[in-house]
Amino acid sequence: MRRQMTAAMLALTLLAACGQSAAAPTPTPAPATTAPAPAATEPAPAATEPTAAATAPAAEPSAPGQQLVVMSHDSFNVSADVIKAFEQQNNVSVKILQSGDAGSALNQAILNKNAPQADVFFGVDNTFLSRALDADIFAPYQSPALADVPAKFQLDPSYRLTPIDYGYISLNYDKAYLAQSNLAVPASLRDLTKPEWKGKLVVENPATSSPGLAFLLATVAEFGTSGDYTYLDFWKELRANDVLVSDGWDEAYNTQFSGASGKGPRPLVVSYTSSPPAEVIYSETPLTDAPTGVITAGSFLQVEFAGVLKGSKQPELAQKFIDFMLGAPFQQDMPLQMFVYPVLPSATLPEAFTKYSVLPESTKDIAPADISAHRDEWIDAWTQTVLR
Amino acid sequence: MDRRMDADRAALGRGAAGGVRRVAAARAALLPLLLYALPLGFLALFFFFPLGAILRLSVGVRTAVDADDLAYFMRVVGFSAWLGAASAALTLLVALPGAYMFARFRFPGAVALRALATVPFVLPTVVVAAAFGELLGPRGLLPAGLARLLPAGAPPLALERSIWLVLLAHIFFNYSIVLRIVGGFWAGIDVRLEQAAAVLGASRWRAFRYVTLPLLLPAIGAAALLVFIYCFASFSIVLILGGAQMATVEVEIYRQTAQMLRLDVASALALVQIAVTLLATMAYTRLQERTSLALAARGHGANARPPRTLGERLLIVANALLILLLIGTPLAALALRSLASADGTPTLAFYHALGQNTTRSLFFVPPLVAVRNSLLFAMATVALSLAVGVPAAYLLAQGRRGGWLTRVLDPLFTLPLGTSAVTLGLGYIVAFGAWGWQRSPLMVPVAHSLLAFPLVVRSLLPALRALDQRLREAARTLGASPLQVLRQIDLPLLAPAMLVGAVYAFTISLGDFGAVLLIGQNEYPTIPLVIYRFLGRPGGLNYGQAMALCTILMLVSLACFALLERARPPQAEL
Repeated sequence: MRRQMTAAMLALTLLAACGQSAAAPTPTPAPATTAPAPAATEPAPAATEPTAAATAPAAEPSAPGQQLVVMSHDSFNVSADVIKAFEQQNNVSVKILQSGDAGSALNQAILNKNAPQADVFFGVDNTFLSRALDADIFAPYQSPALADVPAKFQLDPSYRLTPIDYGYISLNYDKAYLAQSNLAVPASLRDLTKPEWKGKLVVENPATSSPGLAFLLATVAEFGTSGDYTYLDFWKELRANDVLVSDGWDEAYNTQFSGASGKGPRPLVVSYTSSPPAEVIYSETPLTDAPTGVITAGSFLQVEFAGVLKGSKQPELAQKFIDFMLGAPFQQDMPLQMFVYPVLPSATLPEAFTKYSVLPESTKDIAPADISAHRDEWIDAWTQTVLR
Repeated sequence: MDRRMDADRAALGRGAAGGVRRVAAARAALLPLLLYALPLGFLALFFFFPLGAILRLSVGVRTAVDADDLAYFMRVVGFSAWLGAASAALTLLVALPGAYMFARFRFPGAVALRALATVPFVLPTVVVAAAFGELLGPRGLLPAGLARLLPAGAPPLALERSIWLVLLAHIFFNYSIVLRIVGGFWAGIDVRLEQAAAVLGASRWRAFRYVTLPLLLPAIGAAALLVFIYCFASFSIVLILGGAQMATVEVEIYRQTAQMLRLDVASALALVQIAVTLLATMAYTRLQERTSLALAARGHGANARPPRTLGERLLIVANALLILLLIGTPLAALALRSLASADGTPTLAFYHALGQNTTRSLFFVPPLVAVRNSLLFAMATVALSLAVGVPAAYLLAQGRRGGWLTRVLDPLFTLPLGTSAVTLGLGYIVAFGAWGWQRSPLMVPVAHSLLAFPLVVRSLLPALRALDQRLREAARTLGASPLQVLRQIDLPLLAPAMLVGAVYAFTISLGDFGAVLLIGQNEYPTIPLVIYRFLGRPGGLNYGQAMALCTILMLVSLACFALLERARPPQAEL
């Protein structure tokens, strides 16, 4: 009896597995948000019809046959109704492929050069710009919308990569901690090497994390690579001052930083200027002020680009998508979905962004070509100095 | 013992066997051949082909690697090997008493305890690091409790970022490997052997040392090997708990691949990692050859009894406490955090928020959908990895001990475990990209099965090798067909080992995050994927939702382990 049962169970498991994987594709519609959660007191600015049930998953094709594939990194996010509008206008369905972190996603696109997986790629930043251009995976397209985009974001004169959003990597601090310990907000990067900041800073490893790399570049821009005090001297002093290196942003912010929800021990972390607004928008209970603040010294400008992939079978449609990404609905949707700033100056920012954050007045930048030429060298030198 | 069996078989063949029987035998031999083609084909297509594709790409590229780098890489390999060995030894030390307890005693709550011990396997590392932080961190529960107990001014507990924390986490993650693989095998060793030794005057210790331990060695070896390989290739645990100063080979591979696109260096490192896995497996194979013995295995449960003496009761209580303390408390800290605000007031807000798409995001995933996707992938993985792993284990067990087939195949079947996920992920893109395969939802269970396959083989192999041929022969002489032998002899005796394999296949699939991401499959988001999305954003609500989803993942796995345990025959009828 029992033996037969075992066999039957096995057969059942197999059957169930087969049957279910065939039946899986029916997407369950997401439940409509009936009551707004405390955090969502401000309506999403991009929603043209705030009452529309914007819950249908994008996988549902609006036109049979035509599909536009957009490849991006796993931080890509957008409101469902914004994409829906594009789909309806162009009678096409949009499929989004999230392919790992920014570096991995770009590498996948490069390795698949001869058989592109997508029509559009979004998410090349200025630190990877030169690699993307050298690999020659993008076709040129000059969007008419570029006319309104400030020149400082237009880093590719060949128009293969179009700037879409920007943000600043910057130090964040735990307001309560600093107040309790009677510490003044550090005014410069150099201050971090002082004894009162010993054991208080957590940074990300530039070899494995994009904010980590951006912060390393900020120190290169600040201190330079030659002279009597180079970026490596600064890092040597930081190491002596017990800087903690995390592998990625998630861990640094969630488990090492004291200003976030985890119970981390350190009051200073490398994050984004948009993190304090996010703390307010995604707070457990409504907040009147952000628990964290931004230190503008040592910020680094990160611009994200999109481009039409060479070999796309529907380049016109792909170009339309680039235009769409520079249009007001998408630009105004980005801040709350991806916590980045729109490159279009006319796009309105959510209130939290202007209220709880500051942007650095000017930053020292490094040209993408210089980054590309020296990135590996700087990371290696950093690794030697800080980790070994 | 085996050789005598071979001789018997030969004699049988020469004797009464006529021509008709030989034709039937040829037909019967064809079926195993087809069966064996399955694991080999699976590995060839989904492992060696993509691996070869990525290695081919790296040929011709030459990155200058200076002596400093080389010395560093050597140090990294050395550290990884040390870490693997130390973790394996410590895990064995801590978990063997537990394996003994589950193998020999029946007591209330055994199923629940064993299920609990397996839960860490499914949890994302970042979350476990958070759990350890909630518990052991400077502002965690333990230091707060200690501070109350200890006099003021006592030095605070400084576990943060030490090698001890990494080792502790490795024990936490791998405890159940030893528990299940060794415990599962131990349960099948006839307790009467020890009783006979005792009758002949051996002390308990002597009976264990000279009777049970030698029989257990293959299973201990298998468990140690798996723990070694897991910890050797340990990626995020080391990075998160040990800090970036402690880099393993896998970390370097990631760095060289994802950040620098130096495929040649990455491939060379990947080959080193594969070579270490090969060496470890070969060492294990030799041990296995010398120690495997055919046993008159008894059905599961036949060797267990309720505890009688005070000492036995104490042993059970001590082990149960260890499991609760080592594994239960970090998990409980997680669950507690999901039910409380940062300041400690109880709340259900995080669970409530899981069902709401407040930002109208395109990528919003209702929690039930994530649970469903995860369970579907996990079930498909169990089916696929058993379908591939069981024939593979048979192939290894049937090959003559010390024969070339075993020598070659055994290490090959373990390789997927020791292969960098980053390398393999890129291999999939290069190899299957042109056909668009790597985006298919079916690739998720395929990738998970590849990871689970070595575990299935390792859990089955000691049990299969211990299977007494005489039982099968007896059944055959009584007129049973090969299929009947399989169903009525092999299956009941192997059920516990198959269960171990199934639990691990299920667990690996349920907890996987990397493979899903590398395959780029986001149409059917799994629970870990959604957890990472929450952790990737600032804000207390996101953090709380990640904790809530982790708690749901733990509960789902607990329920599934308990169900799986029930699926096996409680006592084979022998």
